[in-house]
Amino acid sequence: MRRLSSFLHRHPYGRLVGLLAAPVGWLVVIYLGSLALLLMAAFWDTETFTNDVVRNWNLDNFRQILEQDVYRDVALRTIAMAALVTLADAILAFPIAYYMARVARPRTREILVVAILTPLWASYLVKAFAWNAMLLDDGFISWFLGPLGLGPPGDKVGLWLTFTYFWLPFMILPIYTGLERIPSSLLEASGDLGARSLRTFWKVTLPLAFPAVVAGSIFTFSLTLGDFILPTLIANQQFMGTVIYNDRSANLPVAAAFAMVPIVVMTVYLVLARRLGAFRAL
Amino acid sequence: MSKGRWRRFRFAGLAVYVVIALLAATSCGGDDDESSGTTRESTAASTAIPGLGANLDEIKQKARSEGMVNLVIWAGYADKSWAKTFTQQTGCKVVTKDGASSDDMVDLMGSGAYDGVSASGDATLRLIARGDVAPVNFDLTPNYADVFDGLKNRSYNTVDGQGYGVPHGRGPNLLVFRKDKLPAGTDSWAPVWDGSQAGKLSIYDNPIFIADAAVYLKATQPDLEIENPYELDQKQFDAAVDLLKKQRPQIAKYWDGTTYATQVTTFKSGETTVGTTWPYQTNLMAAEKPPVPVASVKPKEGTTGWSDTWMIAKKAAHPNCTYLWMNYIISPAANAKVAEYFGEAPSNEKACALTKDKEHCNTYHATDEAWWKDVYYWDTPIADCGDDRGDVCKTYEDWKAAWTEIKG
Repeated sequence: MRRLSSFLHRHPYGRLVGLLAAPVGWLVVIYLGSLALLLMAAFWDTETFTNDVVRNWNLDNFRQILEQDVYRDVALRTIAMAALVTLADAILAFPIAYYMARVARPRTREILVVAILTPLWASYLVKAFAWNAMLLDDGFISWFLGPLGLGPPGDKVGLWLTFTYFWLPFMILPIYTGLERIPSSLLEASGDLGARSLRTFWKVTLPLAFPAVVAGSIFTFSLTLGDFILPTLIANQQFMGTVIYNDRSANLPVAAAFAMVPIVVMTVYLVLARRLGAFRAL
Repeated sequence: MSKGRWRRFRFAGLAVYVVIALLAATSCGGDDDESSGTTRESTAASTAIPGLGANLDEIKQKARSEGMVNLVIWAGYADKSWAKTFTQQTGCKVVTKDGASSDDMVDLMGSGAYDGVSASGDATLRLIARGDVAPVNFDLTPNYADVFDGLKNRSYNTVDGQGYGVPHGRGPNLLVFRKDKLPAGTDSWAPVWDGSQAGKLSIYDNPIFIADAAVYLKATQPDLEIENPYELDQKQFDAAVDLLKKQRPQIAKYWDGTTYATQVTTFKSGETTVGTTWPYQTNLMAAEKPPVPVASVKPKEGTTGWSDTWMIAKKAAHPNCTYLWMNYIISPAANAKVAEYFGEAPSNEKACALTKDKEHCNTYHATDEAWWKDVYYWDTPIADCGDDRGDVCKTYEDWKAAWTEIKG
C-alpha cells in the first residue's frame, strides 16, 4: 500500500490515469465502441429477403445517399430548420437572459430560473402532442393569429415554432450564465468613457456574451438536427432523424451511412463554435 | 504542468481512444449475425422450445410459474376485455407492444425480447427465414382444429409442411371517407389518387403501400398487365412509384400501427377527408361522442389486406404462456371478441355463433371466399415473379428505397 502511494506521489500522470481510467474506459468502450459498431454497418449490406445485416465491406450505401436526391434534400431541409430554430431561439432568449442576469432582483431571478427549467420536467411527448393540438387548423395558434389576418400556420412554420419552444431553455441558460459573468465594472467603465447604454450594449455586452450565445446554439442546432419525433408528428415531412429512424429496421446500413451526415455537420459546427470561444463560455 | 506536456498527452490519449474503439468494434462485431444464407435452408426445424411443457397439463402448470407473456401485436389485438380473462384463467399477465408495421414487427422480434407476435403475411416468411420463430405443435393448441380450412396451410404460414403459427383472422384495408365531404355511394379508390381531395389524404406510412398503387393501376391501366400487386417488374413498379409521387403533395397526414389514433383525430377535425384505414379505426371513429361521420368500403378495384398469424419466438422466455395465449386467442369466445373489436373476419368457425352482432361473420365475409378474391394479402415482394417473367421483379429493398424517395 505504501509503495503504491509513494509511486503515485512521484508520478502525477499515474494519479491522473488512475482517476480517469473508469470514466474514460466507460466512455470509450461503451459509448464510442457501440457508436463505432453502429456506424460500421454503413460499410455493410443487407440480405434482401430477411433484412439481416451481412458483412460485405462496400461503399454502396454512401453511393446511394450521394446519388439519390432525396437524401440531399432531407439533409438541407434539416440543416435549414436547425439554423432557423437557432436564430429564433437566440433572438428570444437574449432579452430574457439579459433581464435575468442584469436587471432582475435576486428573488425574481430565482423564480425565473425555476420557471424556465420547469418545462424540461414535462414529458417530451406531452409537450409534442400539446403543440400538435395547438397547431391544428382550428387550434389555438390559428385562433390567436386570426385577428391579425394570418391564416393557420403551415406545417413547416408550425414545426419551427414547436422546435423553438422546446429548445428555448437550452439557449436561455448558457446566455444567462455568460451575461452574469460580465463584471459590472466593465459596463461602468464604458459609461464613464462616455458611451450611453445602447452603445455599451452593442460594443461591450454583446461581444462579451457572444460566445455564450454560440454555446447555447450548439444545443438548439444539434437537438433540431437529430430530432425524429416532432417532424413526423407535426410536419409530416422527412428530416434526417426520421429517415434514419425509418431505415433502421428496413435498411440499417443505409441508415448508418446517412447517420454520418449529421455527425460530420456537428463536427464542423463544434470546430467553428470552439473557434468562437463557446467552450470557454459553457 | 506545462502546456506542451498537456498537448502531447492529449494527442496520445486521442490515439489510444481511437485504437481501443476500433478494437472494440471489430472484436465485438463477431457475434451479431450468423451466416444468413443458410437459415433459409433449416427445414428440419423443431417445435421444441427450451422450457416448453410436453403436454397440455405440463404447459398449464409451467405457465403459472412463468407468470407473463410478452407480445408484439397489431393495435387492438389484446384488449383488456379478453386479455384479463386470459390472465385469470392461466395466471399469465399479458404485456404488449404495438407494432407500427410489419417491418417494425420483424425488427422487434429480431431483438429477442418478445415471446410472440401477430404477424401479417408479409412478415411471417421473413421471420421464418431469419430463424426468429419456431414451428407450432398443433397438438398443444387444440382450438386449431376449428380454424377455417381456408386459412390453414397457406404459403405464408406453412413452410415445408410445417405450420408456423395459428391463424388469427383476416381483414381488408378499407377506403374511409367523410360522408359529408364525399358522395355516399363512393366505391372507388379514385378520390385517393386523382387529386379531387388534395391536401386531405390520410395514408398508411409503409413501403407496402406501393401495392395499393399497383392495385389501383391494375384496374385503371390494364395495359400494364399487373396481376399480383406484390410482384411488379420495372415498368409496373415505375408506374406505381410515379402515381405515388403525384399523390405525395396531396397527403395531409400519414399513419401507422402506433399512430392510428391520430387518424381518428384528423378525420374528426376534418383535416383529412379520405384515406386508407383498418376497420379498427372506423370502429373507434364510430365510438366517438359524437360519432365521426365516416363510411368505409372495399372499393370495386379491390384492395390490399392482411391475414394474421400468431407465431412464437424460438427463444421465447415464456413459451408456456405463449402457447396458452395462442390457443386462447383462437378459442371461439376470444376470437369472436377480438374480431368484433377490431373489425375483422375471425379464424375460428365457432366464433361466428358467439359474436354480439349475429351478423358479424356475414358483414365481414368470414366464410365468403369469393369476396376475398380481390383482397391481396400483404406479402413480401421478392425477385422471383412467380410466373413466366422470371426473376425480374422488384424486391422489398427496392420498395423501401423507393418509399424514402416518394416521401421526399
